[in-house]
Amino acid sequence: MMITKEMKEMAFTSPNEQGYYGKFGGAYIPEMLHRNVEELRLNYLNIMYEASFQKEFQQLLKDYVGRPTPLFLAERLSKTFNTQIYLKREDLNHTGAHKINNAIGQVLLAQRLGKKRIIAETGAGQHGVATATVCALKGIECVVYMGEKDIERQAPNVARMKMLGAKVVPATSGSKTLKDATNEAIRAWINDPLDTHYIIGSVVGPHPYPDMVARFQSVISEETRWQLKEKTGSELPTHVIACVGGGSNAAGAFYHFLEEKEVQLVAVEAAGHGISSGLSAATTQLGKPGVLHGSKSLVMQTEDGQVVEPHSISAGLDYPGIGPLHAHLFESGRGLFLSATDEEALDAAFELSKLEGIIPALESAHALSALKQIQFKESDVVVLCLSGRGDKDLATYMNELERRG
Amino acid sequence: MSRLEKLFQQKKERVLNVYCTAGFPELSSTLQVMQSLQANGADIIELGMPYSDPLADGPVIQESSGKALHNGMTIEVLFQQLQSLRPSIHIPVILMGYMNPVLQYGFEKFCADAAAVGVDGLILPDLPQYEFETEYGSIIKKFGLDFIFLVTPETSEERIKQLDELSTGFLYAVSSSSTTGKDKDFTAVEKYLQRLQSMQLKNPVLVGFGIKDKSTFEAACRHANGAIIGSAFIQAIEPSSDVVQTTKTFLEKILS
Ligand SMILES: Cc1ncc(COP(=O)(O)O)c(C=O)c1O
Repeated sequence: MMITKEMKEMAFTSPNEQGYYGKFGGAYIPEMLHRNVEELRLNYLNIMYEASFQKEFQQLLKDYVGRPTPLFLAERLSKTFNTQIYLKREDLNHTGAHKINNAIGQVLLAQRLGKKRIIAETGAGQHGVATATVCALKGIECVVYMGEKDIERQAPNVARMKMLGAKVVPATSGSKTLKDATNEAIRAWINDPLDTHYIIGSVVGPHPYPDMVARFQSVISEETRWQLKEKTGSELPTHVIACVGGGSNAAGAFYHFLEEKEVQLVAVEAAGHGISSGLSAATTQLGKPGVLHGSKSLVMQTEDGQVVEPHSISAGLDYPGIGPLHAHLFESGRGLFLSATDEEALDAAFELSKLEGIIPALESAHALSALKQIQFKESDVVVLCLSGRGDKDLATYMNELERRG
Repeated sequence: MSRLEKLFQQKKERVLNVYCTAGFPELSSTLQVMQSLQANGADIIELGMPYSDPLADGPVIQESSGKALHNGMTIEVLFQQLQSLRPSIHIPVILMGYMNPVLQYGFEKFCADAAAVGVDGLILPDLPQYEFETEYGSIIKKFGLDFIFLVTPETSEERIKQLDELSTGFLYAVSSSSTTGKDKDFTAVEKYLQRLQSMQLKNPVLVGFGIKDKSTFEAACRHANGAIIGSAFIQAIEPSSDVVQTTKTFLEKILS
């Protein structure tokens, strides 16, 4: 099923004209960003669904990224949970995560808008690597903002970005993680508005970013539907499970099931040391409605409305907000929101490695950990979005192995 | 007639608006700094409500905000401090801040409390036009507060007219698309200000961002009703143990 502009009108798949999903979304931006964001808003759908765009986009997804990614029946994992679990292998994409789906889409879009330079923020570094990769492919200058703390804990990805010719700029304010990298990228865009496009890496930011990124990532569920049909005879699973930082892999994995009410959508947030430990990133559990990075959504904040510094062992989930689509899924009850602690995610990463020979990213390990929290029937068909591979997290995994002895 | 309206009726040139972060450099220095600004020639005070993630601000105001938050400044504390704002401060006072803390405080309660202590207007750079027109503008008006929109050299003529129409008090002309505290090439800015000048806007225009000393102030005033100084003032009072004296020296240099 091709997504079309007409899907604009559907309740969950698209926000309204002003970018709202229910009461979340919008474009809460200072005037300095208005011209660029408005240019994007007026053009993104037309450009994305142009035949020549789609041709180039699909071709690159196939020949460069290696899509479609396999839908793999994980038999030993299935046996453990006494159900049928299919892993959507986004970890097998070029650069090792789902992030490249969006990076390709936005680079092609930026070119058609006549932009000469790309900036991006990154947490785990996967979005930074994906963006640097596509910029290298297209010969475009690329600057990536990354929190100082993340530069340390995701060192392999910093090296990859440098190898690819991107400039990595450390964000040194606040918690020195994804939130602050996003602040710096937005400020950089304000200061250099003319030829630069800002590629946001998740379904966050001012309208039209959440919708645009969700559409670029929707290829995940588009493929899942026909792959499931081939394997099970039905396009619909009983459950789709994905981790949520900002929520782009989840948005992509959910997208073509959003209007299929019988499919249970499960979003897994990072609980850090535990929901009430003060060191957590579980936004739907701890957040209140607020404005962060240009949209109204759920935001972890103090009584006084200061944004809280979150914690997760996973740099990609270490974010005090969530995309407006997900806030709406949470509030409307359409999505089930669970969370996994650092410890639980590590357990799940070790388990998958040993059971299936697949080392998952720490982010994806949160989704895996949720398998324990759901009571499945044997006949259930569970699709789990394995958003990325664990190479970048090996240092963390090795430290943990040593600690556990 | 609002205080801002009255001011611009009496003074159409070289209007000086100085930004300072509430609760900076000390929690208790808010009113002291304001007194000193008034005593030394400031026409308007723009009081910044510190926020953890000030997207439109450069490093200097970010740091002052961080320090003010660390000092314990909150909107609630600020309104307590401003209980004694009037009548000792008689010049217009505007609150500048970001949407999130205001929403958290409660938008209507915020406007009510601001009006009650004698605040004249608001600048909320991340409150968009659509939400202003459909939801928040009427609340702001209900409490008699002015609301000031920003325009930039990238803002289209049509949009400038819309934002001017929605603004009361004055229109804030950002000197170039940038965060606060950046140096500007002022010759490039002049063309844009001349364009604004020729548009017959409803509101007086004050120029902000990059105004840091006498010469940039003078340059801004050549094509606008006045200018706003922020980062440069914060930088001046930051290291000082005597904010009153430093404020005096700073303004004397600008207005000499
Ligand atoms: C492998 C992987 N999964 C998930 C995420 C979280 O992002 P999102 O919630 O947008 O999918 C990241 C972000 O860096 C990631 O690298």
